[in-house]
Amino acid sequence: MLANYGYKDGSGEYFITIDTDKCTSCPHHGCIDGCPEHIYEMITDDYDDNVSAVRRDVRNTLKYLCAACKPTTGRGVLPCMAACTPGAITHSW
Amino acid sequence: MAEFWRWKEYNWKDPDKDWKSAKLITSGIDVGSVSSQAVIVADGELYAYASMRTGSNSPDSARNALEWALRDTGMKQENIQYVVGTGYGRVNVPFANKAITEIACHARGANFMAGNSVRTILDMGGQDCKAIHCDEKGKVTNFLMNDKCAAGTGRGMEVIADLLGVPVEQVGELSFNVPEEPEPVSSTCVVFAKSEAMGLLKDGWTKSKVLAAYCLAMAKRVSELLERIGVEKEFFITGGIAKNAGVVKRLEQVIGVSAIQSKYDSQLAGALGAALFGQALLQKEKAAGKVA
Repeated sequence: MLANYGYKDGSGEYFITIDTDKCTSCPHHGCIDGCPEHIYEMITDDYDDNVSAVRRDVRNTLKYLCAACKPTTGRGVLPCMAACTPGAITHSW
Repeated sequence: MAEFWRWKEYNWKDPDKDWKSAKLITSGIDVGSVSSQAVIVADGELYAYASMRTGSNSPDSARNALEWALRDTGMKQENIQYVVGTGYGRVNVPFANKAITEIACHARGANFMAGNSVRTILDMGGQDCKAIHCDEKGKVTNFLMNDKCAAGTGRGMEVIADLLGVPVEQVGELSFNVPEEPEPVSSTCVVFAKSEAMGLLKDGWTKSKVLAAYCLAMAKRVSELLERIGVEKEFFITGGIAKNAGVVKRLEQVIGVSAIQSKYDSQLAGALGAALFGQALLQKEKAAGKVA
């Protein structure tokens, strides 16, 4: 399942997409500690799979929380994406 | 003072079905931010439901909705073998056996209401909007939700209906009384849309023209959500706004896809999906010998 967390407002679209099918086979869950803002958590979804999700309390502030990892120049691979070994995480901005 | 935003609450039961002969009786309670629905399913068929406004107390809203659905059926709450709570207040349904997100429940409900060919679902709820993709079993494969602002939601429509003094159920029909489609009003904020609508009225726009502009703005707003996950031809709309033809027709024009029509009430999708989840979970528990 592709789970899109985030929002769209007057300034743009700010969605983090997690391909949860890749989470189920991931033994590391590197995203949990890989994000400096700790925006990810492990949940049991509606189909009883143990998957990563963006915490509910931060879903509407992603633009600001992720800003530190997204400098306007010289941006490398985002820490959360680097920590996610199955490549399940993508950002829309 | 008239409350133009206040929609009519209702309940229903199947007069031809005798629930006493049913082997599996489950209920889904959808406590949304604006409305609450209770649905009772007997042996996989819709038996009774109620839809009412959510109050300030989610447990009370859940109880009231279920009590109203049970009214005149002869059924009591203890006759219901499994209850699933869903929606914004799903964890506050005190008598629920399990809570399941409204995303999964709407997909399951849409699969029942519009058939297993449905692949794209738009839930236009009271205070948020969700775009969902599902498979032939109604299992979610992709979803996106926007609950950051009220633009494109039922509450936004209620605000405009109240401003214009038009009963919210008549908004869609009235919005077609225009010689040509106006430009949409602000689509990014209900507060700005409201002040813009007031300005347009002062400029001499008719109520119908303002409503047409607002319905179009709402359609464009939600179409952006849909476009992010893609729209397939087997498209179905759930939630209260699905009853507003002014938004639905304009949305169909914007995305170029017609929504599937169903004999079921679009507002029941979440609760119905929850009741169907309940049925599957109950069968699983029976098979495992956990319940008689």
